Amino acid sequence: MLKIDSKNVDFYYGSFHALKGINMEIEANTSVAFIGPSGCGKSTFLRLFNRMNDLIPGTRLEGTISIDARNIYDRSEKVDTLRKNVGMVFQKPNPFPKTIYENVAYGLRVNGITDSNYIEETVVKTIKQVALWDEVKDKLKESAFALSGGQQQRLCIARALAISPSILLMDEPTSALDPISTGKIEDLIHELKQEYTIVIVTHNMQQAARVSDKTGYFYLGELIEYDDTRKIFTNPEKESTQNYITGRFG
Amino acid sequence: MKKFFEKIVEGGLLVSGSVTSLTILLIVLFLFKEAGGLFNSPTVEEGYVLAVNEQNDVKRLSPEQIMDIFDGEITNWNEISDQEGDILLFRLSDLTSYFSEDELGSQFEYVPEKINELVQREPGIIAFFPEQYMAEDFKGRLISGDKISLWDFFGGTRWYPTSTPSPIFGLIPLLLGTLLVSIGAIIIALPFGLAVAIYMAEIANFRTRNFLKPIIELLAGIPSVVYGFFGLVVIVPLIQKGLNLPVGETAFAGSVVLAIMALPTIITVAEDSMRTTPRAMKEASLALGATQWQTIYKVIIPYSISGITSAIVLGIGRAIGETMAVLMVTGNAAVIPTSFFEPVRTIPATIAAELGEAPAGGAHYEALFLLGAVLFVITLFLSILVEYISNKRKI
Amino acid sequence: MTPVQKLGNVDRKKRSSQQPAFGFFSFLSYLVVAILFVILGFIIIQGASVISWDFLTKAPTDGMTSGGIFPAIVGTLYLVLGSSLISFPIGVMSGIYMNEYATNGKIIQFIRVMTNNLSGVPSVVFGLFGMALFVNYLGWGDSIIAGSFTLALLSVPLVIRTTEEALKSIDDSFRHGSLALGATKLQTIWRVILPMTFPNIITGLILSVGRISGETAPILFTVAAYFLPQLPESIFDQCMALPYHLYVISTSGTDIEASRGMAYGTALVLIAIVLLMNLLANALRSYFAKKVKMN
Repeated sequence: MLKIDSKNVDFYYGSFHALKGINMEIEANTSVAFIGPSGCGKSTFLRLFNRMNDLIPGTRLEGTISIDARNIYDRSEKVDTLRKNVGMVFQKPNPFPKTIYENVAYGLRVNGITDSNYIEETVVKTIKQVALWDEVKDKLKESAFALSGGQQQRLCIARALAISPSILLMDEPTSALDPISTGKIEDLIHELKQEYTIVIVTHNMQQAARVSDKTGYFYLGELIEYDDTRKIFTNPEKESTQNYITGRFG
Repeated sequence: MKKFFEKIVEGGLLVSGSVTSLTILLIVLFLFKEAGGLFNSPTVEEGYVLAVNEQNDVKRLSPEQIMDIFDGEITNWNEISDQEGDILLFRLSDLTSYFSEDELGSQFEYVPEKINELVQREPGIIAFFPEQYMAEDFKGRLISGDKISLWDFFGGTRWYPTSTPSPIFGLIPLLLGTLLVSIGAIIIALPFGLAVAIYMAEIANFRTRNFLKPIIELLAGIPSVVYGFFGLVVIVPLIQKGLNLPVGETAFAGSVVLAIMALPTIITVAEDSMRTTPRAMKEASLALGATQWQTIYKVIIPYSISGITSAIVLGIGRAIGETMAVLMVTGNAAVIPTSFFEPVRTIPATIAAELGEAPAGGAHYEALFLLGAVLFVITLFLSILVEYISNKRKI
Repeated sequence: MTPVQKLGNVDRKKRSSQQPAFGFFSFLSYLVVAILFVILGFIIIQGASVISWDFLTKAPTDGMTSGGIFPAIVGTLYLVLGSSLISFPIGVMSGIYMNEYATNGKIIQFIRVMTNNLSGVPSVVFGLFGMALFVNYLGWGDSIIAGSFTLALLSVPLVIRTTEEALKSIDDSFRHGSLALGATKLQTIWRVILPMTFPNIITGLILSVGRISGETAPILFTVAAYFLPQLPESIFDQCMALPYHLYVISTSGTDIEASRGMAYGTALVLIAIVLLMNLLANALRSYFAKKVKMN
């Protein structure tokens, strides 16, 4: 089933042409990795899926991006409804200055859920889902800032999952973490792709190879190659992809 | 040589750096030196004495009691002591109703003797007369040696600095007036200030913000006397007519003018602190499907709450210390305020209005410096509070 | 039921609170703008008919119900000049010390706290202090010099903050670059840092001049005169001043109603000074900003 469909996407920051004619189809319940050197547009493209770039003044989009066959940039689409369906995990863990519990409950509360039993149930369920339960079950009422970086990032994933999105966007989610925390998050991604469509931006080639079904290689605002991860990493069609993967530049 | 020069310059800079600390020190020194003199001042006007009959067992009279006695509010000694008996007031001008001009002598040379006689004769008397007319063998008991006490000032409920025989310096009505006007101002200014701060920090686009910013700056730049003048000719008549009051110069008028004046402080400080909310925080909230408004009141406001509190405290500080505008629009009645729509008098307005008439070194002069010291302590406390609040946030 | 479904119908509700809230905020914001324009507009309209060449260059006559405000303008000019001569060097030097020299965090912190405290001291307390120290203790009497010193102390915290902020905006790489070439600290500040911050410092100083020219409470008991037939001749003379003049003729003149016109005119002149200083500061700001860009 087709989940995300982008057609002829061009994107501009002011006069800077950041994305050039991108076409990409992402199937439901798969995980896709975006790789490419810094400034290639992969994060910009990712942030189009939940319209996060709307926050930056002076940007312009051409082409269409559809999720579940609906154009998300259509005038009638509500951006907050979209973002509820498309969760996001950021580069650096960014918990709110609230308790661990309230961080996870936040998304439910802002989306109008007042049933405290339901909230508690969901909070516990999602914290367990990200394998954080054993570490935090005794300190749910403590500040989220008391957790380690890796724990914070898993908390942020739990926070995103609590409102049951169907897509999870991850913008270099492990770049600020140590190898052990990174491993835990990668394991988690493996689990999650059974239920969610995951799009992950990463600088780490091994990570892309480990967690994704398909990989897109971006360079200078263009999608150079998009194919099965195995093919990209073993037998890419473009020389540029080959060079990047083998570390000849980047 | 070059090194030596550098050292000299550095020394000069250090000296400049210490100027503000030095100024604070000097303010404390001079303010409290002059103010402290008040508690060395006699309760009765200097150069005069206050005396009662020898048999009278009253010990000390507070300035307020003296005033009530001479105003006829207290007419029997049992109201202030254990003894019975009507109070007989005696001022120097009453002399002629007791004695003929002959008895007093052509040069008033017998006046001390006659006063002495009168005080001995009347058990209920309380006499107030110039020191020079006190007989050498004066038989009455002087009660004018008392000094103004701390309680007379800090617990005093009336402010009559020029009343005789005993001027009254009671802080309470002025303090309450100041607080009433300032708190009123903050209550009015707060919704405006926070709304504008939120609008500028989170909602308005770049262009609107660039339009608003200099406007707020300008609002801060208008001299307080101009605000006072505007209040006097526009707001005061408006309040008087609109609310159908006998006078428009009220605490409310003061609060309205102060609210406008406190706005720039509140807006600027609150906006700055909201801007420090990390972008990641905002994005995380929006990415969870929160609306912009939910993000503002659930994430940005809680995050910048200490800055917002600082803004409020600074606004209160600004309002408490404001002088000219308040002086011009509040009517300056030195009574304990009972309503928001009556004239009141604030501490700074009292200082500004009365210092010109108080002779340097006198009790009134010292009392005004004490008011200044009180004001200084209040604002210093608020400054330290702000410092404390904003330090707490860094952790 | 999954949360998404459960959430489905609340979307309109949560959005519906945003519209009125934002509408309310922008309404209040523009109301504040309107307040400013009402105040300015009122005083400009009422005062414009009073302003004339004579008003600006003649002394008041007939118990200050007619004539001009020349002596008050001159007096304010003297006071602004006098206080700036004192506060600018002290404030700028102190700002330089705090940002460039002081290495001990405790000392910087202490000076900063004291400076903040001083800026929170009400202006009327400065008036009291100036009277006690300059007028009585030092025996200068009510005089331009006493008033200038009082106003200067009041404005020092503002000048310090301006300077500090200007210096902070300069990247450390410029300092390191200069020091690496063998320049001393003083040379670095004098030849590199100060020329770069000069525009920002100047705009800050101009704004503080606007602020000082409108202060009333500090000069009430240190210099301001109700009426003087001639201009001051030395720094130990009293002088008239615009803000005090406005206060006097609008509250306690010989004939308040008859003085109203004069009061509007005086208020307009005061506002004009503030507006002029703000415009000047903004103009300088954008002029220097352009200049930097061209380099």
